[in-house]
Amino acid sequence: MPKKVLSIVATAYRATLEEQDDTVVWLMHALRGAGAPVDVLLRGNATNYAVKGQDASGLAFGERQQTQPPRVDQDVAKLAANGARVFLVEEDLAERGIERAELITGVESVARAALPTLLAGYDQVWHW
Amino acid sequence: MAARKILTFAIMDAPYESARSTTALRLIDLALRRGCDVNVFAYEGAVAVPFAKQQPHPNAVHGRSVEEEDHPNPKDWVGALMAEAKKRGLTFNWVQCGLCVDERGATEWIEGPRRGSPADFWKFVEASDNTLVIPTK
Amino acid sequence: MDRYLLIESLDPFESNDVERYQTLGASLARAGHQVTLFLVQNGVLAARPGARSGPLTALAERRVEVLADEFSLRERGIAASRLAPGVTPASLDVVIDRLADGWKTLWH
Repeated sequence: MPKKVLSIVATAYRATLEEQDDTVVWLMHALRGAGAPVDVLLRGNATNYAVKGQDASGLAFGERQQTQPPRVDQDVAKLAANGARVFLVEEDLAERGIERAELITGVESVARAALPTLLAGYDQVWHW
Repeated sequence: MAARKILTFAIMDAPYESARSTTALRLIDLALRRGCDVNVFAYEGAVAVPFAKQQPHPNAVHGRSVEEEDHPNPKDWVGALMAEAKKRGLTFNWVQCGLCVDERGATEWIEGPRRGSPADFWKFVEASDNTLVIPTK
Repeated sequence: MDRYLLIESLDPFESNDVERYQTLGASLARAGHQVTLFLVQNGVLAARPGARSGPLTALAERRVEVLADEFSLRERGIAASRLAPGVTPASLDVVIDRLADGWKTLWH
């Protein structure tokens, strides 16, 4: 039985424009593709990743344009659509004024008080 | 006799930018000294840690020549850890995330590390007793 | 009961997320798990009795073991005798021992 892993993602928008991805969200996709049953908990600023309609397009330097901007909300939604459980800390959403109606589908909110129960369900917990 | 433990570390920081790089090496060193086999998955900027073209320099502010400054580059620390593992008969795998290597042009590294992918990280995780992710900020 | 090793490399003067991480430690302990908070790097800057050490002492009172990396303390000139109540200096070996022993280990 493969190890069950919960990846907690807290850092947000670090080098996402340069990378055209959030590299930890990307890594979760790659790991799941390699057979890893990794689930994701977005906390802190990373809860903003679940806000739909983010638009990072238009970056250009001189004549060189970025044609594939990062689409982190869609990447997170795809994780959920592909079978990963994607959790958000609900107090972190509220503190940032993010309303439920703004969120992509497929994500589950969890209260801070419920985090011990959530973490207990995994063999390993990685904090990114 | 107790089975040898296997620990995996995922690191992300480029050298010279954060104290995390050194703490990661301290942990790897301690793991080897305590007889553990060690796996490292170098992700993102960490692929520069064993970069072969790092060079020492003199330190004019302190009035020291290259020799006097005696400043090991991170690649030297990694090489020393590889040698320590070999001396102790331990396994020390260091995998460089290939795409991270390509986008940074960090394609030359010291002997020891090898190119790989997230699939290698997962294989390490599955084969290890435990894994520590040291994230960047 | 699970065992958690929470490594804290950030300090509360620069990052207010440190408080959230400490809250996680407290809630894990309250849920009956064994918890160690291991301060390393600038995380030890909160370890002197001062403006931000109170939460560390409070954690220790709530059965969270609070350790501070001896090297990080020495690097910053913080004597072991000058630590806030409840904070104990420790070798980084503790991290390897706990990892090898299967503790769920998170780095912040």
